[in-house]
Amino acid sequence: MAGSTLASPTAEPATMLVAATRMAPPLSPAREAWRRFRKHRMAVVSLFILTLLIAAIGLGPFVWKLPINEIDFSAQLKAPSWAHPFGTDDLGQDLLARLIYGGRISLAVGLSAMAVAVSVGVTIGAVSGMARGGVDTVLMWLTDLFLSLPQLPLLLLVIYLFRDGLKAAFGAEGGVFVLIVVVIGGLRWMPVARLVRAQFLSLREKEFVEAARALGASRMRLIVKHILPNALGPVIVAGTIDVAAAIIAESTLSFLGLGFPPDIPTWGRVLFDAKDYLDIAPYWALFPGAAIFLAVLSINFVGDGLRDALDPRRVL
Amino acid sequence: MSAAYLLRRLLLAIPSLLGISLVLFTILALAPGDPFGELATNPNVPPEVRMALRAKFGLDDPVWQRYVHWLAAMLQGDWGFSFVSRMNVDTLILQRIPATIAVIGSAQVLAILIAVPVGVLAATRPYSLFDQVANTLAFVGFSLPTFFTGLLLILLFSVQLDWLPFVYRTDLKSTGLAWWGDQIRQSAMPVMVLGLFQGASLVRYVRSSVLDVIRLDYVTTARSKGIGERRVIIGHVVRNAMIPVVTLVALQLPVVFSGAIVTEQIFRVPGIGSLLIASILANDTPVVMAVSFVFAALVILFNLIADIIYGWLDPRIAYR
Amino acid sequence: MDAGEIRGMIKRVKNGRLSRRGFVRRMVAVGLTAPLATQLLSYGGVAMAQTKPAYKPTKAGGGGTLKLLWWQGPTLLNPHFATGTKDQDGSRLFYEPLAAWNSTGDLVPILAVELPTTENGGLPADGKSVIWKLKQNVKWHDGMPFTADDVVFNWEYAKDPATAAVTAGSYNSVTVEKIDTHTVRVVFKQPSPFWAEAFVSATGMIIPKHLFAAFSGDKSRDAPTNLKPVGTGPYLFKEFRPGDLVTGVINPNYHVAHRPYFDAIEMKGGGDAVSAARAVLQTGEYDFAWNLQVEDEVLLRLEAAGKGAVRVTEGGNVEHIQINFTDPNTEVDGEKSSIKTKHPSLSDPAVRRAFSLLIDKDSVHRFIYGRGGNATANFIFNPARFASKATKYAFNVEEANAILEKAGWKMGADGIRAKDGKQLKYLYQTSINQPRQKTQAIIKQAAKKAGIEIEIKAVTASVFFSSDVANPDTYPHFYTDLQMYTTGPTQPDPSVFLQLFLSTEAAQKANKWQGRNITRWQNAEWDKLYARQLGELDPITRAAMIIKLNEMVIEDVVVIPVVTRPSVAAVTKNLTCELSGFDSYIWDLANWFKEA
Repeated sequence: MAGSTLASPTAEPATMLVAATRMAPPLSPAREAWRRFRKHRMAVVSLFILTLLIAAIGLGPFVWKLPINEIDFSAQLKAPSWAHPFGTDDLGQDLLARLIYGGRISLAVGLSAMAVAVSVGVTIGAVSGMARGGVDTVLMWLTDLFLSLPQLPLLLLVIYLFRDGLKAAFGAEGGVFVLIVVVIGGLRWMPVARLVRAQFLSLREKEFVEAARALGASRMRLIVKHILPNALGPVIVAGTIDVAAAIIAESTLSFLGLGFPPDIPTWGRVLFDAKDYLDIAPYWALFPGAAIFLAVLSINFVGDGLRDALDPRRVL
Repeated sequence: MSAAYLLRRLLLAIPSLLGISLVLFTILALAPGDPFGELATNPNVPPEVRMALRAKFGLDDPVWQRYVHWLAAMLQGDWGFSFVSRMNVDTLILQRIPATIAVIGSAQVLAILIAVPVGVLAATRPYSLFDQVANTLAFVGFSLPTFFTGLLLILLFSVQLDWLPFVYRTDLKSTGLAWWGDQIRQSAMPVMVLGLFQGASLVRYVRSSVLDVIRLDYVTTARSKGIGERRVIIGHVVRNAMIPVVTLVALQLPVVFSGAIVTEQIFRVPGIGSLLIASILANDTPVVMAVSFVFAALVILFNLIADIIYGWLDPRIAYR
Repeated sequence: MDAGEIRGMIKRVKNGRLSRRGFVRRMVAVGLTAPLATQLLSYGGVAMAQTKPAYKPTKAGGGGTLKLLWWQGPTLLNPHFATGTKDQDGSRLFYEPLAAWNSTGDLVPILAVELPTTENGGLPADGKSVIWKLKQNVKWHDGMPFTADDVVFNWEYAKDPATAAVTAGSYNSVTVEKIDTHTVRVVFKQPSPFWAEAFVSATGMIIPKHLFAAFSGDKSRDAPTNLKPVGTGPYLFKEFRPGDLVTGVINPNYHVAHRPYFDAIEMKGGGDAVSAARAVLQTGEYDFAWNLQVEDEVLLRLEAAGKGAVRVTEGGNVEHIQINFTDPNTEVDGEKSSIKTKHPSLSDPAVRRAFSLLIDKDSVHRFIYGRGGNATANFIFNPARFASKATKYAFNVEEANAILEKAGWKMGADGIRAKDGKQLKYLYQTSINQPRQKTQAIIKQAAKKAGIEIEIKAVTASVFFSSDVANPDTYPHFYTDLQMYTTGPTQPDPSVFLQLFLSTEAAQKANKWQGRNITRWQNAEWDKLYARQLGELDPITRAAMIIKLNEMVIEDVVVIPVVTRPSVAAVTKNLTCELSGFDSYIWDLANWFKEA
């Protein structure tokens, strides 16, 4: 590894700056990042798709007014048509309306749970990687503990202990939402913590960190400004994977009675309900599957674009 | 890396495990449900019978007392006694290990063997056709749950094409080469499903960390010195990009032991995952406790191994 | 037709002036069913017809391996420890009872020479005992003879509290005596109209004394034969992996000639019901799959492949909604749904009646359960001798609205009816299971149209069906307004089962919610009638009493039966087998065969 210079914001090549200032008036960091982001074509397309998805979910109910749980046996398992563009399920409920409604929950759960997992993971990983000795040992013990917990009994216990209290505090839906986000996030931060810690172990010994340390940078500044930006690669990947995992995990939770009530059609739930009908009504599974895939795909490319935009080494 | 450091870490593992076992036991003891649920709806089983069974298995004792019992037995090598099967827990677990290793183990190994080269290759040619294809497959891999991909494969390979069986059997009648043929045929689908799922995220991580390293100055320097591209990638890039990969592999290997619940369920693989889920649903605490405890030990062990490998990959990582 | 007329007819059958078939046909015509009719004959002293399925093979063996798929594999093989039907089925491969219940709900002798009757002196007139004659030529798999000592031992083994046997309930209240080497007498404390519990069917499988005698009581868990059964059945034990696989090979010394047909047997566990059905009906990898609680839509589609068929056998199970008569939202002395409280709205009979009109049973049957669930008005519906003809069900939103309106429950601005500030808002729980959640959705929608708002709750089955005292989500706690699950008598006699309406059985904190009466409905008149039928030896009077017990419960809307839950199995095309709704799927395994 000798001789490698890892970048940190302070180590931005001077020539680049000079070139940039000569060509155009100086840009603010945010606009500079946006300029870099735009260069990543897939990221821009994905941002567009993601915006579209969110708009569809947000505005959909005003345009597509069919109810989500109107049972109509005369319309059982109908293939897509003008009346039901995504078809109907085995109770004759309109799948488009259901996916629009469920998408709000699925995306919100996916993104919030990811945020919880990543922020907890990064914090614990960074502290553990920077600190040594006792703190590292204790935090890694905590990570090991969470990794070894059998999730199912734990979840049942959580439902049993906290459901009623949270319902009282946040209302039926709000309480369930908080519970789900905390549970999914709370059980998925460990890989992030391990990844960040591993990166920190290596990065904290690098020359540029030594340099910054010698210049009297505070520990906090070392972590936030110098090491963390170089450790973000795996974190962004973990973040996007976590969104997908959380959307799917939500559907599993509703089977434990921990998720939303079973008549709320989140994407994962619809996909699960559709699985036994895969050879009779493939469209039933196709649309929620595609929705999850599309959301994950676009979030991921946006993540890639973000990394390029924030990565000081990338020469564009 | 000193021997003293290693010794200290190993010694630290003992209180770690004890602590974890205490937490595990408490969670299992407090989690709702009891092993005799199925009896509850049977009108011919009087409630007294259920109560007597609970008392007989010590389910009415205080949690701390049950933990002390468990720990004392464990220290003497007694893994406990299953409430549901009324047999020793270690026999029960040992029966499940071959199928677990055969299916879950090979899926993990396969995932690692495929994901690492694919990830490296994708990163060396970012946004090329190969990269795009690998990425798309990876996204499919982790945005579709295994219950779904498994069913898709069954419909394709078992129902439509009639190539592969979808019930995994531990009592294959054939011998010799034919046995291997049958074994591979029946393992193909579960391994594929699991391999795709595990490999997908790994590809993304490998690609990302190789991309991180490949842009660094020293790689450019190495190239400009006229070292062959192959050697640059393998000798300079991959080694330095391996830290996150080692972390992930160390995270995934203990999972070989705990099995894959959904995949095992779909293909009826009698692995530890299906034993675990059945035991959890039946509240067979001794089995769940034993599996979780071994799993915890493996997690700690692989965490330690990962730390050691970090030091080997990057000698500047100092252990004190 | 009254009891006297029926008695006259039974006499004519005895004299040979009326054929059995003629009698049965007449009874069916007046609303009883065939099983009841045959049972009446046996009570009346006419031997039961020994219905044997036509068995074609002319020698034992030669049938290859019979492959059974149990999507929950057996976890233990000692019938006295069986916690669920899967374990009873695993044990049944090797062990046998004295008699079993066939597809029509009639008793068939297995290890008994014949069924006890009044004629053969097996059923003394005082109703206080039953005498079983055992087959002479039966040998345990290890070659030892099967005798009365084995039967008596099973009683001693099961009733010993230290053994912790699950079957204790069938043996606790009886005494078993050996009369000679092949005759035993089961003595009851009171005159017992229903005598076929001990040594019969699932809880009646008999284990060998010579292998278990040393492991009775506290040492029961150490018996090596707990895991390596040595029985009298058609197959010898070969291998057992709990939850995964049980295998056996043909028993060359089986006590019935030319049986069994198959050379080996395997019972594979694991997976889910849909894929089990797939493996039999669509790919033909397996011969038989049990307990297919799957939407009929899916089953029909799989059957279209032509490799096998779905077999439906009605038992006594019924999916039903329970009404909470106590208040789940008020806590009294540390318990909700206390019998000291009254439900604010469901205690009003008008509300209950209106609600019962909002259950669209026909749609639930047609669109969810199909062949796996027929709409029913009765809680006790099978055997038909106990099924009421007077009860009816209807789905009628207008009438429900009218009843509520008349009873003073006025529609509020929010579309929810209320009276004296009490709203018709209910929490409706069940276990997590797709057909159940769909049923909930259908009922929720209909209730809304009548101004009743329902909130759906689904609890993991492992919690819902547990007897965990600390958990409020179990069904015996019943801390909601409504709940739904399946239950039913496990033998063709509902007397024990009906305890779930006894006032004294009310589930509450004092009995750790172990009481059988979950709805906490209390009715002194019902309790008295129940007590009377317990000692009633005349089968016809008793059947009439049981019918009345069921009618009272339905008329007062204590429970609302939704659909029956027969046992559903997938059977490969050329396999011949007789199933049963009141016994294990494999009660008649020895007679199964395949046609070429």
